[in-house]
Amino acid sequence: MKILLDKVNVAGINSLDVYRANGGYASVEKALRKMTPAEIIEEVKKSGLRGRGGAGFPTGMKWSFLDKKSGRPRYLVVNADESEPGTFKDRYLMEHIPHLLIEGIIASCFALESNLAFIYVRGEFKWIINILWKAIGEARDAGLLGKNILGTGFDLDIVVHPGGGAYICGEETALLESLEGKRGNPRLKPPFPAVVGLYGMPTVVNNVESIAAVPWIVLNSGDAYSKIGTPKSAGTKLISACGNINKPGVYEIELGLPVEEFIFSDEWCGGIANGKRMKAVVAGGSSVPILPTELILKTANGEKRLMSYESLQDGGFLTGTMLGSGGFIVYDENQCIVRNTWNFTRFYHHESCGQCSPCREGTGWMERILHKLENGHGSMSDIELLWDVQKKIEGNTICPLGDAAAWPVASAIRHFRDEFEWHVTNPKEAMERNFGIREKIEVAV
Amino acid sequence: MIKVTIDGIEIEVEDGTTIMNAARKVGGKIVPPAMCYYSTLKGSGGKCRACLVKVAQGSAKDPRPMPKLVASCSTAAQDGMVVQNITSQEVLDVRRGIVEMLLVNHPLDCPVCDQAGECELQNFAFDHGLQRTRSEFPRREFDIIDIGPHIKLHMTRCILCYRCTMVADQLTDQRVHGVLWRGEKSEISTYIQKAIENDFSGNMIDVCPVGALTDRHFRFRNRVWFLAPFDAHRHCTKCSGKAVVWLRGEEIYRVTGRKDEYGEVKDFICNECRWDHFSKTDWIIEGPRKFEGWSVINANKYDKETVELPEHLYSKLDNKKWETFEGVT
Ligand SMILES: Cc1cc2nc3c(=O)[nH]c(=O)nc-3n(C[C@H](O)[C@H](O)[C@H](O)COP(=O)(O)O)c2cc1C
Ligand code: SF4
Ligand code: SF4
Ligand code: FES
Repeated sequence: MKILLDKVNVAGINSLDVYRANGGYASVEKALRKMTPAEIIEEVKKSGLRGRGGAGFPTGMKWSFLDKKSGRPRYLVVNADESEPGTFKDRYLMEHIPHLLIEGIIASCFALESNLAFIYVRGEFKWIINILWKAIGEARDAGLLGKNILGTGFDLDIVVHPGGGAYICGEETALLESLEGKRGNPRLKPPFPAVVGLYGMPTVVNNVESIAAVPWIVLNSGDAYSKIGTPKSAGTKLISACGNINKPGVYEIELGLPVEEFIFSDEWCGGIANGKRMKAVVAGGSSVPILPTELILKTANGEKRLMSYESLQDGGFLTGTMLGSGGFIVYDENQCIVRNTWNFTRFYHHESCGQCSPCREGTGWMERILHKLENGHGSMSDIELLWDVQKKIEGNTICPLGDAAAWPVASAIRHFRDEFEWHVTNPKEAMERNFGIREKIEVAV
Repeated sequence: MIKVTIDGIEIEVEDGTTIMNAARKVGGKIVPPAMCYYSTLKGSGGKCRACLVKVAQGSAKDPRPMPKLVASCSTAAQDGMVVQNITSQEVLDVRRGIVEMLLVNHPLDCPVCDQAGECELQNFAFDHGLQRTRSEFPRREFDIIDIGPHIKLHMTRCILCYRCTMVADQLTDQRVHGVLWRGEKSEISTYIQKAIENDFSGNMIDVCPVGALTDRHFRFRNRVWFLAPFDAHRHCTKCSGKAVVWLRGEEIYRVTGRKDEYGEVKDFICNECRWDHFSKTDWIIEGPRKFEGWSVINANKYDKETVELPEHLYSKLDNKKWETFEGVT
């Protein structure tokens, strides 16, 4: 069942005419002409749609927190800063079917009674910014944006804002700061954006994919959406699959699909590339715990692992992981977990905003320890130290980036401790492998 | 009014009071340390995480404990809240971790640092830290630069508390410095080395918890523990004129704001008071300034007749639980 990408292969779907000819913007007509804002929010609540940006917070509930009573202007901000290593789904959606996002924004803004929406796009996605502006222009010319949309009296404008090139600006409050033209430092919460958001006004921040699911819900009802997927993970989810698989790409799956099927079926990832065996999977973008093959295919108590919020979380952090933002990275037997962990940590070190001391100092410290281990200079006590440092970061920071930096390290040590120890006991091989000498020798022979 | 319990002590405070300020009302050992919060600077706090405490009971209405430790400087107390600070081993462990993090990149050049003796990081590390760091990597390095005619910046010592930027925002008419870059590479700087020149800029030195911002007129002229601080005032048209003059013999070595037991200046002073009046006749000396904090600066200063030393300057070491030095190798 496809909701978001069912028409993505229609030729010219990125233009307004083709999009409308294929049923596009029907939800806008229905919402603005036949429904009240409260009814739409109710449908979204019933749908069970959970935020697709990573945290999985129920979207309808988030919308109902928006402060409407004070009468201050309200804003919708669409988070398109997608920069998590392994996640590249929003980009695909915006690039190929931009009008779906615009349609979602109009329906959502009507529900939120907001007359101004922002799309905060990752700065590196320059071509997507142009695609969005073009789509917005087309929609405006057709009377779907601007003043008095479709003659209903509802006004809405959309502003596309290019991000400054920082992962941390994907964190919702850092995003708001950045949008206001300030340094992208996450804010202290509470107050939450629903009360004090952009320019101090009540604001809803939602991921691109969450907003793109709204048109279908408006058209087909929340109940219909909640019947797709599993009871706790309703609907479909875009998964960006990459790594050592035969068919990397962006897939729309119905939540609840068995992980094993997703990896090995030809409909999806198509199995492990080059006839290798699978070693590990990062199921939801670099921030979520990495799991070894036996734990990603089956939960600790032997149940089939499914692609859903609850099944991936089964076992907590000890034996489970998270659906996160849907960045699915598969590792084959040749990949080095220590090197991968170092690489992820390097990313978080580079991307920490530097406000809070555990994250600012801890991420760099972890990176250095991992670099040392990876290069065969480490000792067993470094592994303990690394464990301790990540524990001191987790939960003690302003925003979840600190946690996101700690979890991959914790899970790598938890599940692949032997590999860390191997690097300590085989320093020469560890070093050779890292300099690529071994591969060179093999090629030469 | 609401009732909060902190380390078993119940106190009544006004609605909206933070846990930190509630604890400060009680005073003493249950007050969480603060490396970035500064009560007179709006928006400060939340960053250093030194003040994390455990909330064992959220409120009378919702008694569930909070899942994570919270920053006491920026979390409002609720009616019926139960907070654990020094009574929670978890909090003390995390706090030790914070000290260690803050020292990962700190140069520990205390022997040549002007702030030594009145440094909040020194006090914090002394009270909560391990005796040695487990980090063995090179620390970050920066050039030492002059930011304006009065202030020297040792970026290596900065703990990025953002207090100085708030002084610039809230006390001076224009901020010309700020935080550049991000993460571990963040640095305080005047962009393109613009000079900080403003009547109230000197307060940045006072709010800096470490020796990152030092007084160019006082640098290397004396150690603070050789100086005797006296409360003094003068008539000033720009500020309250309430300051502390630091004497050695008859000579005033420097003038600063009056720091309270939490290292905070309530009445900020102007640059004229700070740097243009080094003669004792310019000031009306009120009497010795007692620093209630943990610092050494009140030690060995005045003869016993003039000043009673605060009791805990002695008791501190006796009470010190030597277990907190576990990890000494
Ligand atoms: C460090 C960090 C980076 C994030 N990056 C993104 C991002 O690129 N895109 C996104 O949609 N959400 C991102 N989030 C999550 C947002 O903070 C926020 O939860 C989300 O945009 C809410 O939308 P949703 O409810 O639709 O998921 C990030 C969070 C953190 C802590
Ligand atoms: S956790 Fe890291 S990224 Fe988040 S606010 Fe703190 S320093 Fe910045
Ligand atoms: S220079 Fe001092 S006051 Fe400014 S951020 Fe650094 S430590 Fe804080
Ligand atoms: S004093 Fe509370 S976080 Fe710094």
